[in-house]
Amino acid sequence: MLHSSARRVLAMTMSAELPVTRERADAIAAPPIPARLRRYARPALGLLLPLGLALFWELWVWLGYSNGRLVPPPTKIFATVMELAKSGELTRHITATVTRVGAGFGLGVVAGTILGAISGYWGLARQLLDPTVQALRAIPSIAWVPLFILWLGIFETSKIALIAVGVFFPVYLGVMGAILAVDRKIVEVGRIFRLSGPAMIRRILLPAVLPAYVVALRVGLGLGWMFVVAAEFMGASEGLGYLLIDGQQLGKPAQIVAAIVIFAILGKTTDWLIEIATAPLLRWQDAFGRQSGAA
Amino acid sequence: MLALDKVGKTYPNGVHALERFSARIKPGEIVAIIGGSGCGKSTLLRAIAGLDRASTGTVTLDDAAITAPHAKIGIIFQEPRLLPWLSVADNIGFGLSDLPADIRREKVDRALARVGLADKAKAWPRELSGGQAQRVAIARALVPQPEVLLLDEPFSALDAFTRRDLQDHLLDLWKDTRPTLILVTHDVDEAVVLADRVLVMRPRPGRLFEVININLARPRDRASPLFENFKRHVLTALDRSLDRNIPDADPKSMAGEAMWW
Ligand SMILES: Nc1ncnc2c1ncn2[C@@H]1O[C@H](COP(=O)(O)OP(=O)(O)OP(=O)(O)O)[C@@H](O)[C@H]1O
Ligand SMILES: [Mg+2]
Repeated sequence: MLHSSARRVLAMTMSAELPVTRERADAIAAPPIPARLRRYARPALGLLLPLGLALFWELWVWLGYSNGRLVPPPTKIFATVMELAKSGELTRHITATVTRVGAGFGLGVVAGTILGAISGYWGLARQLLDPTVQALRAIPSIAWVPLFILWLGIFETSKIALIAVGVFFPVYLGVMGAILAVDRKIVEVGRIFRLSGPAMIRRILLPAVLPAYVVALRVGLGLGWMFVVAAEFMGASEGLGYLLIDGQQLGKPAQIVAAIVIFAILGKTTDWLIEIATAPLLRWQDAFGRQSGAA
Repeated sequence: MLALDKVGKTYPNGVHALERFSARIKPGEIVAIIGGSGCGKSTLLRAIAGLDRASTGTVTLDDAAITAPHAKIGIIFQEPRLLPWLSVADNIGFGLSDLPADIRREKVDRALARVGLADKAKAWPRELSGGQAQRVAIARALVPQPEVLLLDEPFSALDAFTRRDLQDHLLDLWKDTRPTLILVTHDVDEAVVLADRVLVMRPRPGRLFEVININLARPRDRASPLFENFKRHVLTALDRSLDRNIPDADPKSMAGEAMWW
């Protein structure tokens, strides 16, 4: 994805520096979409619907067809966000939520990766461990909440534990599944070149597992964001989830929608960060899904 | 000298895949192994490669028993089995990680040029055609300079033109260091064009059925009558190994055979 966009930038600068060829191309074909436009067209296309809806609703309320009390218009939501930001409240809530997700995600990833790797690599461990993990997975994670509160108290620890549980399962399953799915034929190449155990892991298993691992991380992060809301519903004095509850109890729909929008932005951004960070390691993959999916 | 002494293999599921297979293969010799599907050719090759251990008998290379993959024995599979996360050049250099980087780079560059893929050094394996990928696999196996190179139907997934091209190319590469080649194939033409000796196997359980020496000078002319004779001879042996009816002997070919056997 990274290099395809780099190529597009390159193509852009090239066509900009060579007006002659571009003019000729324009003259021959019916004007193709200029590279510059194409580069922005796709994300712009995706923004069209939400922006259009927002604009429509803004106008609708402005024209007085609705009082916008239950569904506040965009300007009202924006004003709420600015208000929260000015008082420093917003930073406090975002920091609280991001810290919880970060801690829970970190714990869940570490535990899921270690146990998943052990289960995937070592058959005996899998037979011992996996049935229990699968049984625990069948429990809806929210069901743990009362127990966690009893065990760990109402404060941060129980919240982080809940998020970590949510993150753990997809990571565990992803790592184990990826290791089990490593092509035996590729492993044989390592054996033929007489790789030692650690070299086999470093040169064959890790790179083979990486794509599935990245997917598992992204799914885990998504669940982390989901569970932070649940965690903050169970009694928090700060955090975006608290803003949601607070907005409901005090009848401030603009605050609720503002928190939701911030959740969306944070979720998308962190997911994108994982994608960006791992893209150089996954350049070798077939670019099929990326070409149409990304950008 | 590669010596196979009564090599037998019974898989854990009870399949008796190979029985008492013995052969002695001289350094630099090219041997083709041919036989019906399921007669234990891959099993034999994997035992020689040290990937699977024989249940009975021994494989020895210069008096060293082969029980695990050996530095002097390389193998090329039916699929290229390139590592998709390494560039073509890094794939070729995969077995050279013990060498200093500059020597490795030099060897890889030479191998790339040798298989005619110098311009693909930085390409990803997915960007190669089937024939190019198999050439990279050949380069990867040859670059550590094995004494014995095993090939399990290396060209069977390729079209006829590419296959011929790679057969000639393999012979050309073989001349560089003259490793022992042991080639499993289903293609009689391929066996006769490449091999000094063709070992015909028969199934259930897999065992050696007949040995045919191909006393033809290289380069071999695929269109020559002698070549045709050898092909027919191998085919006949193959048919007999499968208990099919022996085709009507062609008097001319009989004459040719009389000349050589
Ligand atoms: N890993 C295995 N476990 C159990 N049985 C096996 C295994 N590999 C092969 N066999 C059996 O051993 C026999 C010989 O198999 P092998 O793969 O050596 O045949 P082959 O001569 O290479 O056949 P082909 O020409 O189709 O590749 C077959 O009956 C096969 O079913
Ligand atoms: Mg086979």
